[in-house]
Amino acid sequence: MGVAGFILRRSAAAIVVLVGLSILIFVVARIIPGDPARMALGSVATPEQVEKLRNRLHLDESLPIQYWEFIKGLARGDLGESLVTRRSVSLDLIDTFPATLELVLAAGLIMVLVGVPLGIIAARYRDTAVDNVARLFALLGVVTPSFVWAVFLMLLLSFVLGLLPVAGRLSEAFDPPPMVSGMYTLDALIAGQWRAFWDAIQHLILPALALALAGMGQAARLTRTNMAEVYGRQYIEMARAFAFREHEIALKYALRPAMIPTLTILGLDFAVMLGNAFLVEAVFVWPGMAKYGVFAILRKDLNAIVGTVLVIGAMFLIVNIIVDMLTAYINPQIRLGRRVA
Amino acid sequence: MALLETTDLHVRFELFEGMSHVLNGVNLKVERGERVAVVGESGCGKSLTARAVLGLLRHTNAQIDGSVRFDGSELLSLSERGWRSIRGRRIGMIFQDPTAALNPTFTVGDQLFKVIIRGGRARTKRRAREIAREALRHTAIADPDRVLNAYPFQLSGGLAQRVLITMALVNEPELVLADEPGSALDVTVQEQTLRLMRALGDELGAAVLIITHNLGVVREFAQRVYVMYAGSIVEEADVDTLFHAPRHPYTRALLEAVPRLTGEMLPQPIEGVVPDYTAAPVGCRFHPRCPHAQPACQEPPPVVDLGGGHRVACVLPEAAP
Repeated sequence: MGVAGFILRRSAAAIVVLVGLSILIFVVARIIPGDPARMALGSVATPEQVEKLRNRLHLDESLPIQYWEFIKGLARGDLGESLVTRRSVSLDLIDTFPATLELVLAAGLIMVLVGVPLGIIAARYRDTAVDNVARLFALLGVVTPSFVWAVFLMLLLSFVLGLLPVAGRLSEAFDPPPMVSGMYTLDALIAGQWRAFWDAIQHLILPALALALAGMGQAARLTRTNMAEVYGRQYIEMARAFAFREHEIALKYALRPAMIPTLTILGLDFAVMLGNAFLVEAVFVWPGMAKYGVFAILRKDLNAIVGTVLVIGAMFLIVNIIVDMLTAYINPQIRLGRRVA
Repeated sequence: MALLETTDLHVRFELFEGMSHVLNGVNLKVERGERVAVVGESGCGKSLTARAVLGLLRHTNAQIDGSVRFDGSELLSLSERGWRSIRGRRIGMIFQDPTAALNPTFTVGDQLFKVIIRGGRARTKRRAREIAREALRHTAIADPDRVLNAYPFQLSGGLAQRVLITMALVNEPELVLADEPGSALDVTVQEQTLRLMRALGDELGAAVLIITHNLGVVREFAQRVYVMYAGSIVEEADVDTLFHAPRHPYTRALLEAVPRLTGEMLPQPIEGVVPDYTAAPVGCRFHPRCPHAQPACQEPPPVVDLGGGHRVACVLPEAAP
């Protein structure tokens, strides 16, 4: 089975899942109580005006007809109009999604690059002071909600120490870089605007850190647990019986088997951050999609709800496919799956 | 001077239930080029002895006392650096279950090359591959490259066992510790394993300390044998003497527990189980299960030398049949 075949098969399955998800969220958004048209127009609107809007939104049709209208729009890349912003939901998502993606990617990077090594160190020096400090640190990350971290980090690093900007994605002195990916750091880099890049990074650090700490603690604990399990295996004793170096055992011979179960959970944690980003985005005035989605739900902004959920769902599926590919890469039993001798 | 000599080797583990005193003064010797067996029931401390010899217990909470001398120098006080010149170079180890002893996420080659490089036989992977190929051919593996490029799960049990033997012997050690080699595999593969170990051991002049619960393996493979019960050596003798004139009640019971194809005697299982090491019997540890037990057995048993290297730790060595 080639890599291309694998991606093709998984993408086909992902599309089936997305169709199912779209039906589910489409129905759920419409059966929760409250009339979206009335909420959008407010209490002063006349019944005629409300009826007109309901008609325009096809809300007076049956659910299958409504879904068919939605699919026809989707085929054109049109997710309908937002009842709140009065703009195309597609445009709203194009504006807000890159901001969230940038935040989540940075948080994911911190989660893996700090959390996993922390877990390796804790496992390598199991039951020593080093291990205890690492575990305490990881536990603090896990048990403290991200918005608490957000407020705490903002107070400490921005207000008290004045090291980092308080909120937003970019200082007012800079214009956003020409849009390519919509992620300011990446776009500034592409445009060669070094000072804007540095400014965007400074704005990114605090929210990314606040969002990452829980996942980071989780990654450290997970890595430690799985490494500890592998350390009890006979092949580690065997490696020692043949004088393999301890650091080589930790970073190679114990790490790879331990990463197989760890990766799957890390992938899920990463995808979950997309939704959890809401509180961090709210604290740091980060114009992201998570916040957009939550407001859409509160205002019963039908098209925006469906659009946001579909984007998050698609991200989940993409992350899953990537994780499965990585797992297959480090686990030869999945990659090869057959005997030769 | 013996190649390997353990003197009054004690191993204790601190458990939640209390101190578990597993090895209770093990004395054993292996001369150069000799094939020696340690035999006993499961859980009697055989494998632990091998691990203590190779210093593998330092990664556990084991407390070790006594002495392990290899070629005249003390191993128990070695630093991690000092072990490097011993493990895999001068003492090779063959583990019991080849499917558990090989890392599932790396190729056989990756692991074997590392063994060769850490053993000081090669500096580069390329040179290690040449040595590995040669060594695998030597263990009757026809297509070494296919085995080197395979992952452990792609090998049959017999092939994996031969890879383990190759790893233990490739650096031409003076001593090989073999922990129940092949016993996780079927009988024919086990048979092959023993034959191969014997041939390669003879060729290198390496001594072999084989650990087994199988008296058939002892008879076929070893020259001298130690019988171990609950962390103590109860009897040592050359193989013929042990099978024909066993003196310790435990040895005799062990021999009677072996099923035979001829004769009318049914195998007699030994009553009771190996004791709990947190509350091991005082004195001779076998006395609660011994049909000849008497008050004197509450004291540590004397080691009686019967001549010709036959020693037995029992107050009643004369009670032979």
